[in-house]
Amino acid sequence: MLGRTAQNLFWLSRYIERAENMARMFEVGYRMSLTSRREGSASEHLHSMMQAAEVDEGFHLKHKQADVGSVADYMIFDEENPSSVKSCLLAARTNARSVRTALTTEMWESINAAWLEFAAIRPRDVNGARLQELLFWIKQVSHRYRGALLSTFLRDEGYAFSQIGNFVERADNTARILDMKYYVLLPRATMVGGDVDIAQWTMILRAASAHRSYRHVYHDRYKAWNIADYLILRPEMPRSLIFCVDWINRTVDMLEDIYGTRTKGHDAVDAVAELLEGTSVDRIFESGLHDFLTEFIDRNNRITDALAESYNFY
Amino acid sequence: MSATPFDEMHNADGSIREPYLILEDWLKGQPPQALSYMSADAESLFRRLGITFAVYGSNEGTEKLIPFDIIPRIISALEWRKLSRGIEQRVRALNAFLYDIYHRQEILKAGRVPEKLILNNSAFCPQMMGLDPARGIYSHIIGTDIVRTGPDDFYVLEDNLRTPSGVSYMLENREAMLQLAPELFQRYKVAPVETYPETLRRTMESVAPGGIHGSPNLVVLTPGIHNSAYFEHSFLADQMGAMLCEGQDLFVENGKVYMRTTTGPERVDVIYRRIDDDFLDPLTFRPDSMLGVPGLFDAYRAGNVTLVNAPGTGIADDKAVYVYVPEIIEFYLGEKALLKNVPTYNCTNDDERAYVLEHLGELVVKEVHGSGGYGMLVGPASTKAQREEFKRRILARPDNYIVQPTLALSTCPTFVEKGIAPRHVDLRPYVLVGDDVRITPGGLTRVALKRGSLVVNSSQGGGTKDTWVLED
Repeated sequence: MLGRTAQNLFWLSRYIERAENMARMFEVGYRMSLTSRREGSASEHLHSMMQAAEVDEGFHLKHKQADVGSVADYMIFDEENPSSVKSCLLAARTNARSVRTALTTEMWESINAAWLEFAAIRPRDVNGARLQELLFWIKQVSHRYRGALLSTFLRDEGYAFSQIGNFVERADNTARILDMKYYVLLPRATMVGGDVDIAQWTMILRAASAHRSYRHVYHDRYKAWNIADYLILRPEMPRSLIFCVDWINRTVDMLEDIYGTRTKGHDAVDAVAELLEGTSVDRIFESGLHDFLTEFIDRNNRITDALAESYNFY
Repeated sequence: MSATPFDEMHNADGSIREPYLILEDWLKGQPPQALSYMSADAESLFRRLGITFAVYGSNEGTEKLIPFDIIPRIISALEWRKLSRGIEQRVRALNAFLYDIYHRQEILKAGRVPEKLILNNSAFCPQMMGLDPARGIYSHIIGTDIVRTGPDDFYVLEDNLRTPSGVSYMLENREAMLQLAPELFQRYKVAPVETYPETLRRTMESVAPGGIHGSPNLVVLTPGIHNSAYFEHSFLADQMGAMLCEGQDLFVENGKVYMRTTTGPERVDVIYRRIDDDFLDPLTFRPDSMLGVPGLFDAYRAGNVTLVNAPGTGIADDKAVYVYVPEIIEFYLGEKALLKNVPTYNCTNDDERAYVLEHLGELVVKEVHGSGGYGMLVGPASTKAQREEFKRRILARPDNYIVQPTLALSTCPTFVEKGIAPRHVDLRPYVLVGDDVRITPGGLTRVALKRGSLVVNSSQGGGTKDTWVLED
């Protein structure tokens, strides 16, 4: 396989995952701006969500006031925002076109159809119920793509690079959501959260699509300790750090089986896995949640560079 | 020009020509809306698969579909035998011509083709002199443009020996027809075209450099996703199981070509390049090319890699050389040309030029190096001002133009807004030359969708049809 093909597959999956994450994060901010007026103004909620999505700086270069219209425009439609849904879908499709011969028809069609449909949408027509519909649709795009990948893609190196890209992006996203809000999770004198805490915790869980499944796992109220445990260490939670790292681990092992060699890519993945191995939420809180997350994000990032070096991305 | 051009489906008396009898019966049996539905189905099929040609101006780009007409063009077994014999003769002679031009130049010494016409021609590639391509073949992949004016009157319009495109449409059009009208294939014995990718693979393998263990490594070299024919490049690579590469994926070391894979360099043996000569190798051709591979031509010269097609084939499909093709066939094969050339006036000859300038309103004027319907005057459809303009241009540079009569291209029934109506068509069969000459039975039929129009180019509103060659 060409190094460029491996790279394109890796980024294709990352961009699809990122498009979904952006839609979900926006949805959270949007929802809070509608429902949590007591805890803050609409613009404060939108702003804190943009911080978590790391698009706040770019946003303020272009817009003075954060309202639903301007934030939707920036996070969904703005081509100058490299993380907007539009930029992600376009980048995904461009990558897909470059490696069409490496994709199954089903994978290609899901991306192609998504782009054609998205490109036909006029941003000014999207408001109210249409906006909700669009967000739902964006998440479906990602699910359709992953569905096609899982049910039609040959389990070879191309599959491995796609999966690694997907889970590196997802791990990064979950870690950043936690990190931007880590202070509301820190243990305090009062362990019972006030309304503000609950609103913030809900936001974290929703941003990771975890607010409903949380109940199934913990049978309990929202609690900071549980939330951190859930998003970091629960192997059954498909957006938790440990879940993502486990997938990355399995797929780099696949590459080792295929190519017969271990590379710097494997070392980089080991370094991330090491952070999670044998640890507990207590210990993470003890040594500092923020430091832990910063280290995780940093090591997770190094996987991309190590893969690029080991497998000739260029 | 006769009032009613030859129609592929109907005799002059209105009766149905033999190959179309079953189709006629089938068409009569279709409920009123069926053809519209089929048309719509075909369009959504092509769009979903992304069978587009790109017009990439902006970043997003717009990708256009070439309209597909659901009524097939049908060629009888007998007609096809005649046609394919003529085409084979032509491509053999033109490959022999290329070998000669880049070696001893016997045909120039014999005075059968003017030396000046070749050596001063911008399509002549001096870097190819003395180079011996595998099996002595220069043009492996050819799309011969044919037009028809009567039951037995086929003319070759252009030879297209460089990088002819459109073959993916031939294949996808057939796939679409198989889905849309399977019952027709039960009633007709249509020769398959889907063997093309396999035959292409075989052809490429047969011209691989010597000394390779195992099967040779084949790649398709594309300028990238912004090229208008990118779909075709990826389609062909996919269909024949070759790697689709851009220039940046290949490099040359010690005179050998490698691709950059996830496990390091891997040797490349045969390159089907869809990049023009000028851009192939910045060290040999245009130094500003970002698309090519530095050092590629040296590796080719050293015989370590085969380029399909060879650089410099343009000298044999040049419009000014076209006139000499019957001569070329006689010189190398000792045979009369089986297929006719369109009569062509030479404007550097005083008598012929005088005739041309008198009759511009009935003639077609083409620039010698033009293509794609640009720099062209179609006399009967032209304005007085346009004719005056071309008169000036011809007088200024008589050697820059060739002039031909306006041919009454045959028509074929076509499904248009108002139902089924005759529209003008041409035909591009695809030829592969390696250990043998193989012509895929069928080809791409292009159709001018505008009533009365003779211009079939997709850029000017042309569409395509599936082309059926019947088996005996």
